[in-house]
Amino acid sequence: MSHSHAHADSHGHDAHGHGGHHAHGDHAKYPFLAHHFDTPNQQFDSGKLGMWVFLATEVLFFGALFVMYAILRFKNPEVFSYSANYLNTILGGVNTCVLILSSLTMALAVRAAQTNKKGMLVTCLALTLAGAVGFMVIKYFEYTHKFDVNLKWGINFYQPVNDAEKAIVTTEPKPVENPVLAITSPNPSAGVETAPIVATPAVDRSAIAPPKTGPDGVSTVAMVEKAAEGTHGIAPEASAHLVDPAMPVNTHQFFAIYYIMTGLHGIHVVIGIGVIGWLLFAAMRGRFSSDYYTPVDLVGLYWHVVDLVWIFLFPLFYLIH
Amino acid sequence: MTTLDSRPVATEVKDNYLTFTRGLLSWIFTLDHKRIGVMYLFAVLGSFFVGGVMALLVRTKLLFPGRVEWMTADEYNKAFTLHGAIMVFLVIIPSIPAALGNFVLPIMLGAKDVAFPRLNLFSFYLWLAGAACAVYSLMAGGFDTGWTFYTPYSSQYSAGGTIPVLVGVFILGFSSIFTGVNFVVTIHKLRPPGMTWFRMPLFLWAVYSTALIQILATPVLGITVALLVIERAFNIGIFDPSMGGDPVLFQHFFWFYSHPAVYIMILPGMGIISELIAVHSHRHIFGFRFIAFSSVAIAIFSFLVWGHHMFTSGQSPLMNVLFSAITFSVAIPSAVKVFNWLATLYKGSIAFNTPMLYALSFIFLFTIGGLTGIPLAVLSTDIHLHDTYFVVAHFHYVMMGSALIAMIGGLHHWWPKMFGVMYSEFWGKIACALVFIGFNMTFFTQFMLGSQGMPRRYYMYQPEFQIYHHISTGGSYIMALGFLITAIYLIHSLFAGKKAPANPWGGASLEWQCTSPPPHDNFATTPRVGDCYDFSAVRWDEKEQGYVIDTEAHIAAASSGKGH
Repeated sequence: MSHSHAHADSHGHDAHGHGGHHAHGDHAKYPFLAHHFDTPNQQFDSGKLGMWVFLATEVLFFGALFVMYAILRFKNPEVFSYSANYLNTILGGVNTCVLILSSLTMALAVRAAQTNKKGMLVTCLALTLAGAVGFMVIKYFEYTHKFDVNLKWGINFYQPVNDAEKAIVTTEPKPVENPVLAITSPNPSAGVETAPIVATPAVDRSAIAPPKTGPDGVSTVAMVEKAAEGTHGIAPEASAHLVDPAMPVNTHQFFAIYYIMTGLHGIHVVIGIGVIGWLLFAAMRGRFSSDYYTPVDLVGLYWHVVDLVWIFLFPLFYLIH
Repeated sequence: MTTLDSRPVATEVKDNYLTFTRGLLSWIFTLDHKRIGVMYLFAVLGSFFVGGVMALLVRTKLLFPGRVEWMTADEYNKAFTLHGAIMVFLVIIPSIPAALGNFVLPIMLGAKDVAFPRLNLFSFYLWLAGAACAVYSLMAGGFDTGWTFYTPYSSQYSAGGTIPVLVGVFILGFSSIFTGVNFVVTIHKLRPPGMTWFRMPLFLWAVYSTALIQILATPVLGITVALLVIERAFNIGIFDPSMGGDPVLFQHFFWFYSHPAVYIMILPGMGIISELIAVHSHRHIFGFRFIAFSSVAIAIFSFLVWGHHMFTSGQSPLMNVLFSAITFSVAIPSAVKVFNWLATLYKGSIAFNTPMLYALSFIFLFTIGGLTGIPLAVLSTDIHLHDTYFVVAHFHYVMMGSALIAMIGGLHHWWPKMFGVMYSEFWGKIACALVFIGFNMTFFTQFMLGSQGMPRRYYMYQPEFQIYHHISTGGSYIMALGFLITAIYLIHSLFAGKKAPANPWGGASLEWQCTSPPPHDNFATTPRVGDCYDFSAVRWDEKEQGYVIDTEAHIAAASSGKGH
């Protein structure tokens, strides 16, 4: 290692003697050194710069979505402050902690690789992997619950729970100006299914209280859950959010961008699970050392950015009411 | 010949990158930037052929003002959409960086390869996957939104092949991003000793600026087309005003990428012109730093002007004024380049080789394309000219007359280096003249059409416009003939061309100091770097039938500062 450092440092002065001789020496010494790099340092620096540049593209990728969030929120502020009550702040908060802790263990893993501590590296990577998987498990429960009570995107949002599966097939007709009205006006293909709601407007509107508009998301969700359970047995009835008279127009939009943004983040977590799993496997086989830990370092950077995106998503969706 | 001892002697190298390994698999799995560049080149040229046929179909329909039996209005819409999408996403954007850039960038830099060869190959296969999606889209009903995919055409009304082509654009975007990442890292980290930023050829400055745009703008296009696919597939309503969405949001997102993309197309072209002008007039480039920094300035400005595509979309008047003002300022770095090229030509020893003819065509056409941008940047005149043939003519002068002409010029410049053969100069000049004349006939008439109010993308038109359309279509046939001749003599040269010397034009940058075609590793030893625009040590050599460079004198001139 010290040899390669010295060599890299002498780069600038040593224009004449530099070339094949030294490079071959390094290539023989470091089997991981690719043919087009002269020194391990150069290879490491290139990888690191490449990762940073790639992460810049990730920031722009999510950045566009954050702009979309800002613009749509500006256009329909009441939708966002109303809908946030349907998200479970506790679960979101737990997930935030899980992700931040996994970022910590990832940082420790990088340190362990740099200092040649194989046992600690494997432990930290395993913990990071557990955090990533745990995040997705919690996310799975959140999504499933929302699907159960039909907090979905677009026109599906306005379908009663029991017709949810059919609704997916009949997304073709577009709702007109006021989507709530669109439900009550029979449309050509979904008319038969929606008719019962029209016939019995406000089934139990008085029985189901509107979601509490306060920072306490849990009780609201619990309530919706209860309402949803109530509707399961007795067909056909509306989802809880449909019978809420306080629901603003275009509430569906909140859930559309919620699924898009948290979904894209979730895809990144799944990719993270894949690469961290691979790191763990390679670390157990002893592939990393203080000479060569580039993959650990780069995946670490990626994982911190995934974490960082969630740190913005959490308040934007769960906390701001 | 004793002065030549210090450079690697060309004739001693038996294996070049083409013969280094053999067989189809050695190409499919190659990590060599030169082979990847060549594969890109032929893929791009194949797409150029398809996009060109579509253009000829559109032009042929427009010979007649009314309906024609052989092409319905729907088919016409699909033809011009396909022409635009292919030319933008499959041809012009990857043409210079991914095809020519891949080939010459590491050699010009004095490196063995790009920083991430696997990523480079992956990027090529992403390009193929994107192209496959476009082909699949045709079988699934085609798409007829125009290349801009505006909502609500694209989200509600367009033909069945829209989602596949959007997926294709998404994939192509990643291909472009990975090329950009690779080039930025290569230029930062793989320069040999002595290759400082200001010793770097201007083509690399341009490719570097382009890579910055590719990295920062393309992700936004990716997410935009992803949102559009979701909108179309699931009706989520983010771009649909009846569901609380905003169609103009799509336009903002789209142009946030697609305006910078215009510079992804033109900047590398400008870089090529800087090389061609200097080498073929054998004169040191005038104002190196001005040209270099103007590339970076254009890259920065490119992110601040997207709103000038949307003057009539209903965005706020204040934004219109701001976007208009910033748009004017793009003229400054663009003009800096043109004036520096002209100053380089002045008192130069100009050789009218085919690449130089393309470079001179570029300056002429780019100037027209740039100046006609001014009436489009002025708010009042844009109201009249928006969505007319004037716009079509303007961006064809810039995208085709400039970016693509530069690409063809660069192809002729580096063709001997890439394949080790010379093409017919005679036919090269004929073809260049045909393309130049045909191009101006095709598109200059469209300025007249547009200023008289002929809207773009229309299937039918007023009979009084017919004469212009006839001239325009005639010009497009002449241009097609020019490209056909080019294809014939280039292919012919591969089989029967005269063997090319290492340095046929008298260039002084590093790619002319390795053999034609270059060896697998580019340089046996890390090359020593002089001033790549100092031609004082370059001499014609009868025996080689090419130029040779006296490396010692070249390096000495650079270190004494004589080259500047």
